[in-house]
Amino acid sequence: MAEAAKDFSGSATVDQAEVARFDRLADTWWDAKGPMRTLHKFNPVRLSYIRDAAAAHWNRNPTGGLRLEGLSVLDVGCGGGLLCEPLSRLGATVTGIDPARTNVEVARRHAERSGAQVSYRNDTVEALVEEGASFDVVLAMEVVEHVADVDAFVEACSRAVKPGGLLVMATLNRTLKSFALAIVGAEYVLRWLPRGTHDWKKFVTPEELESSIGRNGLAVTDRIGVVYDPLGDSWRLSSDVGVNYMVLADKP
Amino acid sequence: MARRADISNRRFDVVVAGGGIAGFTLALALKSALGGRLSVALCDPALAAPARITRRAYAIAAAPRRMYETLGVWDAIAETAEPIRDMIITDSRTEDPVRPVFLTFLGDADASPFAHMVETDRLTAAVREAALAAGVVPFASPVRRRETDPDGTRVRLQDGTEVTGSLVAACDGAKSRLRDLAGIPMIGWDYGQSGIVATIGHERPHEGRAEEHFMPSGPFAILPLTGDRSSIVWTERTDRVPMVLSLDDDEILAEIEKRFGLHLGRLTLLDRPTAHPLSLKVARRFTADRLALVGDAAHVMHPIAGQGLNYGLRDVAALAEAVTDAASLGLDVGSAEVLETYERARRPDTIGMAVVTDTLNRLFSNDLLPVRLIRDLGLGLVDRMPFLKRRFIREAAGSEGLPRLMQGLPL
Repeated sequence: MAEAAKDFSGSATVDQAEVARFDRLADTWWDAKGPMRTLHKFNPVRLSYIRDAAAAHWNRNPTGGLRLEGLSVLDVGCGGGLLCEPLSRLGATVTGIDPARTNVEVARRHAERSGAQVSYRNDTVEALVEEGASFDVVLAMEVVEHVADVDAFVEACSRAVKPGGLLVMATLNRTLKSFALAIVGAEYVLRWLPRGTHDWKKFVTPEELESSIGRNGLAVTDRIGVVYDPLGDSWRLSSDVGVNYMVLADKP
Repeated sequence: MARRADISNRRFDVVVAGGGIAGFTLALALKSALGGRLSVALCDPALAAPARITRRAYAIAAAPRRMYETLGVWDAIAETAEPIRDMIITDSRTEDPVRPVFLTFLGDADASPFAHMVETDRLTAAVREAALAAGVVPFASPVRRRETDPDGTRVRLQDGTEVTGSLVAACDGAKSRLRDLAGIPMIGWDYGQSGIVATIGHERPHEGRAEEHFMPSGPFAILPLTGDRSSIVWTERTDRVPMVLSLDDDEILAEIEKRFGLHLGRLTLLDRPTAHPLSLKVARRFTADRLALVGDAAHVMHPIAGQGLNYGLRDVAALAEAVTDAASLGLDVGSAEVLETYERARRPDTIGMAVVTDTLNRLFSNDLLPVRLIRDLGLGLVDRMPFLKRRFIREAAGSEGLPRLMQGLPL
């Protein structure tokens, strides 16, 4: 690990103070008890959903080791790489993109330290599609609620999926319950998330998201809720899509 | 040298410190999962030598036996394992001519045994051999120091080798160095009692019956071994132990006979007795940054209910499960999440059993007339025993709360 740090800081393009800053941010992103605690708690349920959906789609042995071997995965809005690194360890060839340059540097720096093989780009999904890039699996997890134009975003994500591939989107529903739980509860009462993390008016209902996906020629095959279990302090799949939910679609 | 450098530069998923039964079983369990994809190192100076001969025996309950079946090592142990088919418990003083039996666990001929008596040496050899064959990487030196950073943890061994991993499992015994380095205190007390352990031969077969006689100085247990042999655990006040151990074979056998009784005929002493001080200790926490305490490193119990090793093996099964579940999602196996899952699975369960063993010992290691009267009224006591009976039976049946390996399921 010490050697990796030396190699990186020796590079001509990144200055030392920046590296130190990215290291601190990476530690923040990856500290399971830190500010990203909620995302860490959320990670197992969405990872297992993605893994099992891909394994079922490509008929992979559900109990084997490298279940995503040979699949290309694009994580749109990758943040600090919390999804990218585990998916790469399951054998996938992972590309993580984020419009925020800091996030990309943080994710890149962490992957160097952890030894994960992920390629990160400071780019938008629209730019990748313009280049003609496409992937077996495209993920947009907890991103839709932050974009300015949902339809344009869904269109770009859909175009990034190879024919025969999968699109997985996770977001927050626009319901009274999500206002109570995700905004008042998570941001103001429990302080799980910084205030202002989410804008309720930007939340998208499953019907709106699915019709947008359908207009781009993909077939929605699953819609599932994710709920918090206070006893186990964990998140689990549920038929209740009132707050957090995920949508799975096939591209013919 | 070159080869060693290659190995020590490798990063392991899990570094196991300590090559006792718990350490090797954990290493083997981890290699049995996910097609052997987890990398596991095991550090113990004993790896440089042939396995130590201890001549001790442990009761392995049904749940850990299922784990050993799942891990494919039970067959290697089975031929020296004696099933316990029946258990009786009496309340007695050595001079009592008749010992009232007030609790029996009648062996059901068709059901599987409560437990097996397993010889430690055979069990250790079997798990050691299986773990090494499964690809566990051995380092024949003990852990001296440990450092942790956000990405991993590194141990320095006594011979200077450094081994890096995502998680360190401290299976280094009751005097765990890793636990001390992490500053985790043990809470508990010494009983002022010692367990005197010996192997006894007898004329008549024991027919798979285990006996526990509650005597004023503490319980005297007779546990069936293969052939016409039994293991005895004679609990004695520690201040009397030097006197007992100074007796010659004939004298000591006479003392054992007083406690053992004559129902199995003439007794012979098959090895010199050894004494082990008894205490109850539970670690304040079972985890620290990228560190999990397992087995005796986490808890030392009174052997009154024969649960010390079994609870250590439950730790093994729970930790192997938490690590495997994280790895199957590509997640960091040494993360705070994994450690929290382990702590939550094991610490309350351990404290529960520690309280049961402690209460039993305080109730029975006692010759005060009022306490004996209460005990010997019997009825009240038998009424109060069903919780213990149920516990044994539930253990044998394997309830749903158990880790997957203990239910006989693969990881």
